[in-house]
Amino acid sequence: MLQVQQLQKSFGRFMVISDATFSVEKNEVVALLGPNGAGKTTLVNLISGHLRPDSGKILLDDRDITTAPAHVRIAMGIARNFQITQLFEELSVLDNVRNCIFSKERKSGRFFKPAGAYKGEKEEAMSILQTFNLDQFALDLAGALSEGDKKILDTAMAFALKAKFLLLDEPTSGVATSDKFKVMDTIISAIQKQGTATLIIEHDMDIVAEYTDRVMVLAEGRILADGAASEVMENKEVKETLFGVSD
Amino acid sequence: MKKYILNARAVCYAVALIVLLALPRLVTPYHLTLMESGLSLAIMALGLNLLLRYTGVLSFGHGAYFAAGAYAVGLLYMYLPDHFSFENAMLASLLVSAIISALFGLVCVRHTRVFFSILTLALSMLLFAVLEKAYHFTGGSDGIRIPIPTFFGYEFEGMRRFQFLCGPYYYIVVGIFAISSLVMLAIVNSPFGKALQSTRDNETRAEMIGVRVKRFRLYAFIISGTFSGLSGGVWSFVNGHITPEICNWVFSGEVVYMVLLGGFMIFEGPIVGAVAFTYLRLYAVAMTEYWMLIIGATLIFLVLALPGGITGGIFSLINRLKPKSA
Repeated sequence: MLQVQQLQKSFGRFMVISDATFSVEKNEVVALLGPNGAGKTTLVNLISGHLRPDSGKILLDDRDITTAPAHVRIAMGIARNFQITQLFEELSVLDNVRNCIFSKERKSGRFFKPAGAYKGEKEEAMSILQTFNLDQFALDLAGALSEGDKKILDTAMAFALKAKFLLLDEPTSGVATSDKFKVMDTIISAIQKQGTATLIIEHDMDIVAEYTDRVMVLAEGRILADGAASEVMENKEVKETLFGVSD
Repeated sequence: MKKYILNARAVCYAVALIVLLALPRLVTPYHLTLMESGLSLAIMALGLNLLLRYTGVLSFGHGAYFAAGAYAVGLLYMYLPDHFSFENAMLASLLVSAIISALFGLVCVRHTRVFFSILTLALSMLLFAVLEKAYHFTGGSDGIRIPIPTFFGYEFEGMRRFQFLCGPYYYIVVGIFAISSLVMLAIVNSPFGKALQSTRDNETRAEMIGVRVKRFRLYAFIISGTFSGLSGGVWSFVNGHITPEICNWVFSGEVVYMVLLGGFMIFEGPIVGAVAFTYLRLYAVAMTEYWMLIIGATLIFLVLALPGGITGGIFSLINRLKPKSA
């Protein structure tokens, strides 16, 4: 579904992504691991269209989207969340999700009829909020949520875009430990229902082991290892970069 | 609870409209013309607040679009006197101000914050210079006289200016004001309005949910400019004379002041502000020759003691008086 070929990106003289080549298939949940500064978030920014690569190619369903603007990628079915939450803090929780739905349905440009009069979109937004257990806050301002709930809302917004390919940048960081598995359960069951391909950046190895089909390790801007979790974790090079073990 | 608030608002609107329609019987003709001036400026203040409150950018050059609307009326009278009627004048105002705001907007919406404000200011002063220096085309600093127009073929024959303003024109102004307010209310609550607010809150995220931020900001700019143009067109008949001063940054600043005075956080704030400012200035001018001092002192008081403006103050008072239940 998604193919990334020899992607390269530098900031000034610092090369963040030197050679990233991989693909993600339909229904697959892939974990992206790597030490701090490995370029994981940059990779998400490149695929989502927030940044442009210096060279290389990104294909979605065999269509070249390397230079496509963000709104085109979203229309084609790529969505992302943000590691550091990015919400519309002065809008209600409901509006945060509903705006995503309007955008996906290309209704964001509509004048006159009040947003509240679009019944279908409201129901859909409410059901997404229910899925993520945020429905009791629907009319509160997003800025008034707790940090953990903000993080969950951030993911719910990516979810509302009904993507074919979902990029999740540490969806459980900042979420209370006791809730982490609950949040992941929600995300994964919803993903499976829609047949979404997913790339998750995650540090929690329990979550990686529990929920992902495949693991990729990014280090110094290139893919170091790619395969089933059990194999990758036994890789000597991976052990050194991820855990600093060099037995 | 939400329904209750909506109904309270609808009741307030109905009462306000009744009061406005009954006003000719309640106040002196002079105060009535002031009200006309206030209501036409309120349309502009609403337009400015679409940018300030809902898009998150402050324009210091909205006089340019007001002037575009007013000069469209003036130039129509100067160059096409055969076609000079109220309806044509309004069409010209809307069209010219939409074009000018689209052109200026293309430059301005690439930036936000202070860069946006400075650009709007600079572009408006550019237009000011053109209006003032192109004497043979625009009448220069002498300006243009605006006579009584025909209204859908009806001629107000034998009517003096003052009679026209205190009679039929007052109701025309109230009508246009009411329609514009409702249109703006619809816009800010529509999916478009919500998308605009999302670009204000978080440009990055708005982009990443598929909102085309700069394009939407440009649409908002054009709508805002066109409201200002309509305001300028309506106001030109009230004043009976237009000069380049309405394109000067001093006037643009006054409109910002109106919005702050009324309270920019609440939809109706700019309306209250525009009307209050019109009367405030009248009393300040009547009281002292240093009336600017009073305006300035009021602004300082506002910023320090009442940052929510008049409507913000009223709302917080209501909230304080409300019994604390649930």
